[in-house]
Amino acid sequence: MTLTATKVFEEWRGKSLEDALLECRDQVESPEFETVQRWRDAGGKVAGHFQVYFPEEIVHAAGMLPFKVRGAPVEPNKADSHFGSYLCSILKSSLELALSDIVQLDMFVSHPICDAARNLAAIWGRNYDYPCQILYLPQNPNSAGSVDYLRNEYDRMRRLTEEVAGREITDDDLRRSIEVFNENRRLLRELYDIKRDTPWLIAAEDAYALVAMAGMIPREEHNELLATLLPKIRERTTKAEDRVRLVFEGGFCEQPPFDMVRMLGRTSYVVDDDFHIGMRWITEDVATEGDPLHNLSHAYIEQSSYSPVQHDLRKPKEKMLLERIRAAKADAAIVAAAKMCEPGLEEQVAYTHALDDEGIAYFVSEFEENETSFDQLELQVETFIENLLFA
Amino acid sequence: MTTQSAQDLVGRGNREGAALFRDWFAELDETARNGGNAAYVFVMGSINEILKTFDLPVVFPEINSLQTAVRRVAHEYLEEAEDYGYSPDICGYVKADVGTQLRGGEHPMAQIPVPTMSVLTNACNTYIKWAEIWERMYDTPTFTIDIPGTRQSGTQTWQGDGDFEADRKYVETQLRELITLCEEVTGKKFDIDKFRQVLTYANTMSRSWKRVLELNQSKPAPFNALTDATIFLGVANGFRGTEAGARYFERLVEEMEYKAANGIGQAIEETYRLLFVGVPCYPIFRRFNELFTDWGGQFVNSTYLWFASGGTNRGFEYDLADPLASLAEGVLISVRDAMDSMFHQSEVLADMSREYDVDGVIYHPIKSCRTVSTGLADGRRHLTEVSGIPSLFIESDMMDRRVVSEAQMKNRIDAFFEGLASRRLAAGVQG
Repeated sequence: MTLTATKVFEEWRGKSLEDALLECRDQVESPEFETVQRWRDAGGKVAGHFQVYFPEEIVHAAGMLPFKVRGAPVEPNKADSHFGSYLCSILKSSLELALSDIVQLDMFVSHPICDAARNLAAIWGRNYDYPCQILYLPQNPNSAGSVDYLRNEYDRMRRLTEEVAGREITDDDLRRSIEVFNENRRLLRELYDIKRDTPWLIAAEDAYALVAMAGMIPREEHNELLATLLPKIRERTTKAEDRVRLVFEGGFCEQPPFDMVRMLGRTSYVVDDDFHIGMRWITEDVATEGDPLHNLSHAYIEQSSYSPVQHDLRKPKEKMLLERIRAAKADAAIVAAAKMCEPGLEEQVAYTHALDDEGIAYFVSEFEENETSFDQLELQVETFIENLLFA
Repeated sequence: MTTQSAQDLVGRGNREGAALFRDWFAELDETARNGGNAAYVFVMGSINEILKTFDLPVVFPEINSLQTAVRRVAHEYLEEAEDYGYSPDICGYVKADVGTQLRGGEHPMAQIPVPTMSVLTNACNTYIKWAEIWERMYDTPTFTIDIPGTRQSGTQTWQGDGDFEADRKYVETQLRELITLCEEVTGKKFDIDKFRQVLTYANTMSRSWKRVLELNQSKPAPFNALTDATIFLGVANGFRGTEAGARYFERLVEEMEYKAANGIGQAIEETYRLLFVGVPCYPIFRRFNELFTDWGGQFVNSTYLWFASGGTNRGFEYDLADPLASLAEGVLISVRDAMDSMFHQSEVLADMSREYDVDGVIYHPIKSCRTVSTGLADGRRHLTEVSGIPSLFIESDMMDRRVVSEAQMKNRIDAFFEGLASRRLAAGVQG
């Protein structure tokens, strides 16, 4: 049996749509990451990659499991002493996963997405012997040299992955992986089409869980999951309700607590968002003809979404948010940021000023992944929504 | 040397540095009032080498911001930015600058001109967010020089390596694009001869800065790496690539060599030699230093002097025969080194502890700057494991007096020195 044939998430099979979604929610809410352990138990190697975007095709092509390191609802009992104060939670909870042996990695990659995260590979590397590296994604995508530079950076990542995996990664391996991920991107786009067009067919937390699963299981398995469930979601006969249509902005790195997503889903339709935007960063199919690393680099620069941690003169974030709101026919926006998240908090100012200028209602909020009480927040959101409904 | 000329020499760097600072801000004030061009830049990779070739006055918002803290008016600027919408939990430098912009450039040292353009590197991600604020405020060009840093401690590549060449080429492409932008903004053609002259001045400064830092290995240390060196650092940034800057640093080397040769240190008796890791506590700058000097603690070097000089401490000198390629190489190596000073400094600190015969390391992470601060607790653990050198970890801020607790810091600093004293006593008894 090849590793790509290894199944690590079987619980949903043969179940009703509701039960299958429940299994996904349980996996995503669990701090145990059992699917990753199952992969290891089958003899597989794991490449942990921190938020936001990582070219997972490269490690997938080596037969490794790309695991999205995105924090967890755990107390950073061991990690706390490795950090000072005034930091976001995701850094600590991510390292905690490793220090507590919840997940075991064979390599770890972070990116210069923010001042805090770019320290993470160095911190990780002082505590583990396996490769812990920064993948320097370009912060000047407007330069004529950025695609070639990134192609070399991806090639460097290929060479590193070959060492870890103990096998060569050929161009054909990469092309096959790109095809798998193209299929995944297509299915995720379809999921978001459902959210935007018929949000009453899928709860916010279910859509969230379906996306998050991509970071925890082999992508072939995720494709199978989505390909099976999306048609069933479309077949639902749930009636549309008179709810406010919201866009949630601020989930690009640290994730809001699952219960917060659930709470928003109870009170509104979340018709678009930037939850796990790295999983959906590439917005179109990546070409499979020609040089695969060049194609991946080109897609990062030219066929990609936006987030507060990428600077691109062509994509002012507030303009992109307004486009997201309009494309989703949203009534309002939740402009959130993780506590102590410098880029998120800074972007909030630009977002809110732009929304003011456009006369679009918004609700500003901060969150931390480990929060458990939302009574006050729910009351505020309900009041905000009632104001919109009865304005 | 006569007694009189020796007296003139000692302290000259501080006096001349302060005078240059006044000149610099006077120029900015005049530029602001005349509506002239000005480039906003940052300390980690100002690319002054190109900007000075185009005679662009440079504004360092980081320096403007820290000056509001030193002058004890930072809270006014921070509050103004927070009223505008910025969180108490983001970089204080950014907020003080936003306050300055909202006040139309009003600043304690000068009227600050608005940016004609801004140039930034990725050495600090907040630089990028910061420049986006100016984009929105002024709609003027912003240019990001993206400089790939070290991917993993100990894996830096160098000349002759394919990966290094790919990085260097990327930086060079961007520098050429920046030159085109400068030509558009200023209406001037790029003058390669003038560029070589600017690089010559920058080479003198780099060579001298490296030498100045080395000279503080002397006992007693000729200068305080926290206080005196902040003046030197200001000149290193504001006057990089200028004749005045080059001359200043040559004269600074002369002063420090004289002091080192003649055993001239600071006003205090140097009892303990310390390394400083982080960013100074500017809201109580003088007092913060006194908390250490009161015990005879002398700062002999700091990571701040490396990264806040954009890695000039490496002493990289440009090859004038191939100036643009060499600038790309120098910027890559120097700014990468500045980043290493923040993310991968443990090994260097261990070496430096020996070279500077250091008694302790002071870690000062700050709320405002996650670039510098995020890895310090873990780095300190590592340094303790590999070297056993005593260290102190105190958190406060470089701007925001609301998170500076002098009494709490003093307690911890006093306890640290008591520990050093006991350690020394025990070592003496054993000896």
